[in-house]
Amino acid sequence: MSLTMAQLAVFLTLLSSVAALVFVKKPRFMINVSFFLLGLSGLVAVSAGGMALLGNQVEQTILPVGLPWLHVCLHIDALAAFFLFIVGFVTFVASCYGPSYISRHADDGAHAVSTLTFFTGLFVAGMYLVLLAADAFSFMIAWELMSVASYFLVAYQHDRAENRSAAFIYLLMAVVGGAFILLAYGVLAAFGDGFSFVSMAKAHLSPTWATIAFALAFIGFGLKAGIVPLHVWLPQAHPVAPSHISALMSGVMLKVAVYGFIRFVYDLLGGVQWQWGVLVLLVGAISALMGVLYALMQHDLKRLLAYHSVENIGIIYIGLGLSMIFAATDHKEVAAIALVAALYHCLNHALFKSLLFLGAGAVLEQSGQHNMEHMGGLIKKMPVTAACFLIGCVSICALPPFNGFVSEWLIYQAALQGTVLKNGILGTALPITSAMLALTGALAIACFVKVYGVVFLGLPRTEKIEEAHEVPRGMQFSQIVLAISCLVFGIFPTWTANVLNVIPQKLLGAGFAGVNGESWLWLTPINTQTASYGALPVLIGLLVSWVVVYFFLHPPTRDNSIRIAPAWDCGFGPLNARMQYTATSFAMPIRKIFSFAWHVSEKVEPARIGKGPHYFLHVSDWVWMYVYAPIGKIIHKVAERTARIQGGDLRIYLCYSFFTLLFLLWVIV
Amino acid sequence: MTGWLFALVQTLCVVLFAPFLAGWVKWIKCKLQNRQGPAPWQPYRDLWRLSKKQVVLADVASPIFRAAPYIVFGATVVAASVLPIVSTQLPTAALADVIVLVGIFALTRFFLALAGMDVGTSFGGMGSSREVTLSSLAEPALLMTFFTLAMTVSSTNLSSAVAYLSQAHFTLAPSLIFSFMALLLVAVAETGRIPIDNPATHLELTMIHEAMILEYSGRHLLLMEWAAMLKLTLYSILIVNLIVPWGISLTLEPQAIALATVSVLGKLLVLGVLLAVSETSQAKMRLFRAPQYLGMAFILSLLGMMSHIILEVR
Repeated sequence: MSLTMAQLAVFLTLLSSVAALVFVKKPRFMINVSFFLLGLSGLVAVSAGGMALLGNQVEQTILPVGLPWLHVCLHIDALAAFFLFIVGFVTFVASCYGPSYISRHADDGAHAVSTLTFFTGLFVAGMYLVLLAADAFSFMIAWELMSVASYFLVAYQHDRAENRSAAFIYLLMAVVGGAFILLAYGVLAAFGDGFSFVSMAKAHLSPTWATIAFALAFIGFGLKAGIVPLHVWLPQAHPVAPSHISALMSGVMLKVAVYGFIRFVYDLLGGVQWQWGVLVLLVGAISALMGVLYALMQHDLKRLLAYHSVENIGIIYIGLGLSMIFAATDHKEVAAIALVAALYHCLNHALFKSLLFLGAGAVLEQSGQHNMEHMGGLIKKMPVTAACFLIGCVSICALPPFNGFVSEWLIYQAALQGTVLKNGILGTALPITSAMLALTGALAIACFVKVYGVVFLGLPRTEKIEEAHEVPRGMQFSQIVLAISCLVFGIFPTWTANVLNVIPQKLLGAGFAGVNGESWLWLTPINTQTASYGALPVLIGLLVSWVVVYFFLHPPTRDNSIRIAPAWDCGFGPLNARMQYTATSFAMPIRKIFSFAWHVSEKVEPARIGKGPHYFLHVSDWVWMYVYAPIGKIIHKVAERTARIQGGDLRIYLCYSFFTLLFLLWVIV
Repeated sequence: MTGWLFALVQTLCVVLFAPFLAGWVKWIKCKLQNRQGPAPWQPYRDLWRLSKKQVVLADVASPIFRAAPYIVFGATVVAASVLPIVSTQLPTAALADVIVLVGIFALTRFFLALAGMDVGTSFGGMGSSREVTLSSLAEPALLMTFFTLAMTVSSTNLSSAVAYLSQAHFTLAPSLIFSFMALLLVAVAETGRIPIDNPATHLELTMIHEAMILEYSGRHLLLMEWAAMLKLTLYSILIVNLIVPWGISLTLEPQAIALATVSVLGKLLVLGVLLAVSETSQAKMRLFRAPQYLGMAFILSLLGMMSHIILEVR
């Protein structure tokens, strides 16, 4: 039943793509039809995923397409269902947001809207199929469909050179990543018999081959997920796509990569080794820390959010790494806590990152700016967007009682069980990574105070901002839905963790015990004495104390009126918008303290006649400069050398063909 | 039921006691500096006066600015309610463990910093920027300290931790020494005391917390000031109950509670004297020296955790 519904969801997305082609002459009608079908597919996927997850169903089917000896197998189990739920939910929300957001493109004619909607449908269909695929062959086809379709979405506004280069880098990384995944499946297929996941799971690998397969999958899926140092495409590609696509890419597509990684390592490969866990843990911790540090230095709102995706993927990998370490050392219950924490963070990140990207899209649309330094005071112009964005900020900063806090809390709880491990390396790796996670969380708060303070608070910095107003209903609705779900998943963690607990039960053979503790109010991963978190009571406590304090300070017998006056200007005359702290000045102390983390070039040009002093600041990514730029140079050099054999003369090419043939014949004989 | 009633009364008492502790520290400090000084109950008079004053609101202030005092104060009160102060039999401790406590403090800081950014003056932005920078170094150190503690007592529940520490055989474990040193350093930074911040100054080059709340007046200022005093009290209670937990009641018997109240009050007043002595004997640091101070706290807390895992786990 749920698999049929999932297939229906795929069908609907493809239908929305077809609609984009059919109604190409009537863009406004096309947008409505196509997004309606997409939203419907999201809802169907949510219910399919929800049914399969709640009912813990496993279903399988073979589609009559493909080669005679290689059918397309589809399946749905708890893991796939959970990710299907996430993808469906964000697709639904994004398609409520999309119509009003892109309808302005429908009129200007500069970009063909039908291209956008056509590839959006294919992109979502690709993501659904990756989750449903039950053999490596269909998995790879779906994976490449997802990658290529999203390339066209990134390249949508291709009239800007920056967008074209971002799209090219994205495609390059996607192709390289796809190749690694293909090789990883190749190893499994060689040892198992056949491409279906069932036979791959039965394959017996020597530890060396298992490690090779793991390394290939780690790089391949890591490229898509955006772990440091494979993240460089992410901050370039995500900002240039239209905002609802950024939400889908950042909120969901990265999760599909995480799904692939979990499926490969836990389900297909099996027999997790603790060294893999240490690798995943350390890479996750580095990604989390570097992601937030780079985010702090960004002034482009969407690029900043993209770097935060790197951070959050890092946090998810920390959870996965912990769970792999505990699973390998046979502490299955703790491994289950860490795995649930990682999955919970996948859900949370999908919710709040989509929310933030949609909010950023609303802000960009109204301000016409990517640069935060030209914004300010938007809370008065766009109250609904501002309120939702605030909830997104609080959630991503992992502050109670919102959802981001629950998953980080569970990760800490798992890390604190590290004392059960007897291994010295692990004993030191765990505390260091939890220290890095703590630092990441604290820096995230700094970053989002900067974002919210500079974008929404204070005085408007440009005239365009003065004219900004609230976005249309559809865009508001999507943000409100996401904001509410951030709160709901924050205050009912016990229920969510209970539902997610079936996934470790299937993958690891044990769920975590404490989840069915004394009361649904308390989340108790181990037992009541060890740790507990009552999200709802904390929220109620906060509300009660606010109400009591409010009534205590507003006695009816007194005049409680408020006098409005200009802000204190130290007696020097009126304040203006340029006197405010800017994003650069806000982040300056952090830039000084963590100066080792970036390549910072600062230059001050003194004042000359007719020209005031100028200050230049450029913060660039170490990874790009020291890893990718040299690789690019080498490839260029090699290409130049190889180009010499390209004489341009037909006879030379005929010679080459002749000698190649001779060589091949010699090899065969 | 008695437990919940007790928790409520205890929270109320702490909230009411907080201004006295702040006044006490100030009074001792004045005595040490050969000044007359206001009486220890002066903060109550200040708060009472503020409660009657009209609020003057900056014309550019947004709803965040008006909501922040309530959020900050309310969250600090919730933090006060989960702390075991005189008895470890605290039902509210199950609501929030020590990581949640750090999270609640982070929530107050988030809104405090936003309020600083709201009016669009340089003072507020400066204060917010400095606050989030310094606390992004202090918070990890604090969490690490609590993690070491949690690993020692195998619980992140504060009541269990304090109960364990007060009953355990007294041992000066290296991990606890390092952690408690880090805790002291962090507590000074987080409550905005010398040498990191100075609660008595309004000079733009030095202030952090005061810069953020510069635009507040009337009842809003009352809440912000009270929340700061409450935070000082909560950190003091954390310090005395974790480092010298003896005397805390393990039951809810009236006599034991009375005894524990006297002992915790005595410990808090002594800690207040120590804070006053430390504040009198040193000068405020330059802002960019503060990261070294907090870095040291972080290293100490990490050392504490390492020594626990490597040396003490068997």
